[in-house]
Amino acid sequence: MKGRIHSLQSLGAVDGPGIRYVIFMQGCTLRCAYCHNPDTWAVTSGEEYSVDELLTKILRYKPYFAVNGGVTVSGGEPLLQWPFIAELFRRLHEEGIHTCLDTAGVGDLDGAREVLLLTDLVLCDLKFSDEAAYLHYCQGDMNTVISFLKLTESLGVPLWIRHVVVPKLTDSKENILTISSIAAQFSNLQKLQLLPFKKICINKYNAMGLHFPLSDYDECPDSSIEKLSKLAEDYLATVIKAERSKTMTVL
Amino acid sequence: MNNQAWENFNSGNWQEEIDVRNFILTNYTPYEGNEEFLSVPTERTKMLLKKLNHLLELEKEFGGVLDIDTQTVSSLKNYSPGYLNKEIEIIVGLQTDRPLKRGVNPFGGVNMTRKACEAYGYKLSDKIENEFRYRTTHNEGVFRVYNDQIKAARHSGIITGLPDAYGRGRIIGDYRRVALYGVDKLIAEKEKDKALVGERNMDADNIRLLEELYQQITFLGYLKDMAFTYGYDISKPALTAREAVQWLYFAYLAAIKEQNGAAMSLGRVSTFLDIYFERDLKAGVITEQQAQEIFDDFVMKLRMARQLRTPGYNELFAGDPMWITEAIGGMAEDGRTLVTKSSFRILHTLYNLGPSAEPNLTILWSSQLPQSFKRYVAKVSCDTAAIQYENDDLMRPEFGDDYAIACCVSAMKIGKDMQFFGARANLAKLLLMSLNGGRDEISGQQVAPLHTPYEGEYLEYDRVLPLINIYREWLAKTYVNAMNIIHYMHDKYAYEKTQMALHDTTVHRFMAFGIAGMSVLADSLSAIKYAKVKCIRDETGLIRDFEISGEYPAFGNDDDRVDDIAKEQISLFFEELKKTPAYKNAEHTLSILTITSNVVYGRMTGTTPDGRKAGEPFAPGANPMHNREKNGALASLNSVAKLPYNLCKDGISNTFTIVPQALGHNKEEQYTNLTAILDGYFMQKAHHINVNVLNKETLMDAYNNPDKYPNLTIRVSGYAVNFHRLSKKQQLEVISRTFHEAL
Repeated sequence: MKGRIHSLQSLGAVDGPGIRYVIFMQGCTLRCAYCHNPDTWAVTSGEEYSVDELLTKILRYKPYFAVNGGVTVSGGEPLLQWPFIAELFRRLHEEGIHTCLDTAGVGDLDGAREVLLLTDLVLCDLKFSDEAAYLHYCQGDMNTVISFLKLTESLGVPLWIRHVVVPKLTDSKENILTISSIAAQFSNLQKLQLLPFKKICINKYNAMGLHFPLSDYDECPDSSIEKLSKLAEDYLATVIKAERSKTMTVL
Repeated sequence: MNNQAWENFNSGNWQEEIDVRNFILTNYTPYEGNEEFLSVPTERTKMLLKKLNHLLELEKEFGGVLDIDTQTVSSLKNYSPGYLNKEIEIIVGLQTDRPLKRGVNPFGGVNMTRKACEAYGYKLSDKIENEFRYRTTHNEGVFRVYNDQIKAARHSGIITGLPDAYGRGRIIGDYRRVALYGVDKLIAEKEKDKALVGERNMDADNIRLLEELYQQITFLGYLKDMAFTYGYDISKPALTAREAVQWLYFAYLAAIKEQNGAAMSLGRVSTFLDIYFERDLKAGVITEQQAQEIFDDFVMKLRMARQLRTPGYNELFAGDPMWITEAIGGMAEDGRTLVTKSSFRILHTLYNLGPSAEPNLTILWSSQLPQSFKRYVAKVSCDTAAIQYENDDLMRPEFGDDYAIACCVSAMKIGKDMQFFGARANLAKLLLMSLNGGRDEISGQQVAPLHTPYEGEYLEYDRVLPLINIYREWLAKTYVNAMNIIHYMHDKYAYEKTQMALHDTTVHRFMAFGIAGMSVLADSLSAIKYAKVKCIRDETGLIRDFEISGEYPAFGNDDDRVDDIAKEQISLFFEELKKTPAYKNAEHTLSILTITSNVVYGRMTGTTPDGRKAGEPFAPGANPMHNREKNGALASLNSVAKLPYNLCKDGISNTFTIVPQALGHNKEEQYTNLTAILDGYFMQKAHHINVNVLNKETLMDAYNNPDKYPNLTIRVSGYAVNFHRLSKKQQLEVISRTFHEAL
């Protein structure tokens, strides 16, 4: 079995806990307006690797994983290649390596289940807080994302929900509170992470001859992230029962 | 006799003979806590700092040199005492009679001194010119003996930066001995040694040793006299923590007055001093605030240390560095950590006094270091980019637990080892010279012995290697012989009397060779092996350019195909060096360290088969070439970690720059992740890393608006430097390097 891989990053420190080897899978069905990796969309490009080949590379980085690091599979949408991911995660568990799935939560739920059974942590992007925006800005169906999140809950896989804050698009207090309220429904939620919108990807779009849909929007300043994170944190603290909120953080 | 000075200290062998290590191990208090006990600067410290910062600004305005005393030859007793602010200073002593005024030190070479004075608008006085008309300097001695081959190799730039016109440095006196024993005891021990040597047969070695001992004893006397002009009698041991710092600093000060050596490390003093601080704190003689005040004052003195150098020297070693390297932390052989509260105190000066390039604070990293200390130093790196890390778990088996770092990465047992420092050979140029039958690829001149040049249009790996073998032999032999001449003459005309007086009489000697252009050579050979490289010759048949088609694995991607080439070439060069015996039976060692000379070396090297164009800088030290890393930062670290420390005992330098956002979402994550990176890197037997946590935008902004960032400190190869003390060209080179970012 081979997987199509866009690129490998030996030092990931922002996609899951600790130091992580990040595998960016090739191929995605969504077309999110703020996507910073448009070069991962095409399902037929990328480089093919076997699980063995990948594992050999990953093991070189085990000394850096310490107590909480490991491997994050991102993309693209990794669930499009779920059989490959499931096999990779199985082998990583044999090596005692922590597995993290960074997904938009779309695709085949049965396949997702196979992967989730071998996943130590799910990072799921909740891109918008209503169906219309999901369809408009991502060409995706919000219901499938919610179904996926419910599946992670039923399987008891620890969950971080992530949301990109775009000024004048998703940075209203109302939006952040709605995102928080959706996140709060899931008993396996450990963290709600608000990520600042950046435009460094614009060069990639230009190089690919594509128009970057959010080119007129401003980047999100750190100060907004801090303010909105506080808002979400306060919200979660009030709605989530005391014993759970102890393990909850918002970043 | 030392009842009061040694009161409440645990007894041990250190009382029977000079044995500072034993004193430390029997008396120090390991500290496993965090930084919360540290004190902010006092008003007095702030006042003194304000004056110092004002002088530093003036120095910058004056083009980098505030003032030069052209009338006086720098030595221990030649200046009247100088102060920053006599009324409020706790630790005293300056190199000349005024802060930041530079002395002249023509013993290395009067030409260099003359040129350095002229470069800053001064003229070396007739008095000194006349005095040195009747003296031989180190530089003159060397050039009397150099043969044509060495001169040609030097001129072409295949060997550059040889210490044949400046002080060799890299020798670390055990300055702690002065505090613990007092100077009289050290003189008495040296007198005893001298009497014993005097009973041996009078061959050349023994006669020379006797004269050296005579000079050592004389200069220990001068050291006492120098301290006396500041009102201190250091003939007896220090009684208090403040005295211990003062005694130790006087010894260091004497060394930098006597020698303008390229790198003048401090050693490993903070844990030694901590014993005195603990004793005083326990006795209630001082408070934590006063303890920190003493460290702050001491470090301000170190930040004022200066040598007078020429612009040419600054090209090789940019930013006016002194390499006042202090090794901090590490583990004792008995399993305890050598981290003490004073390890924190000396690092804390970076907050109390602001970031600074000097002293060159170096963390001896062990996987066993206390977590709280690991976190603290990671925080210091993120906040200041002013410290470097070296692998204690790798060095301790080799050097024990009382070694220090000379310059950037060279470990030595303190007071037991010394080294003959020797610049570096340009291995990228060696490749080009091998292809061109010994001709310089830029000038076309015949530099190395004549041989048939490479024939054929495309470079074939199996035909290139034998040619390198031929020229490697020539280069290594020429290099060792040049070094032997240099160090013979340095001993003869510019012997380090003060520093060697603070060593055992019998020392182990290293001869420290170096390599530049390692990653260029490895990538070039990889291109030849895995891609297709076509030679482009000029009308005289000289290969001046290459056409590369296809891909090749580049060093820095954790790819054994090329990393093994690097290892093999290092090993071959080292083995070749060892074939020529070194002066005074020194042990050959090798470093992969360039300082900032990677820029100069690049300028003196033609286009290479890896695609690097003529004149372009090399990567510094053992770094991969810029922008050839395709698998992220850890892949790059893994490649460097593979280089064999057992062959490169003089150190393997790696500079790592990462943007803070790529290390984690918040500060605490960044500290934890940096700690994990350091643990993982050193666990794989890597030797050294400079860590810069900063954004390219910050450096660009600093490049364009220098006034906004007066104290911006960054790590370059093996040392820290104030960004503005680099030339504009060097600043751009730093900016062009790989900044590891998150995807």
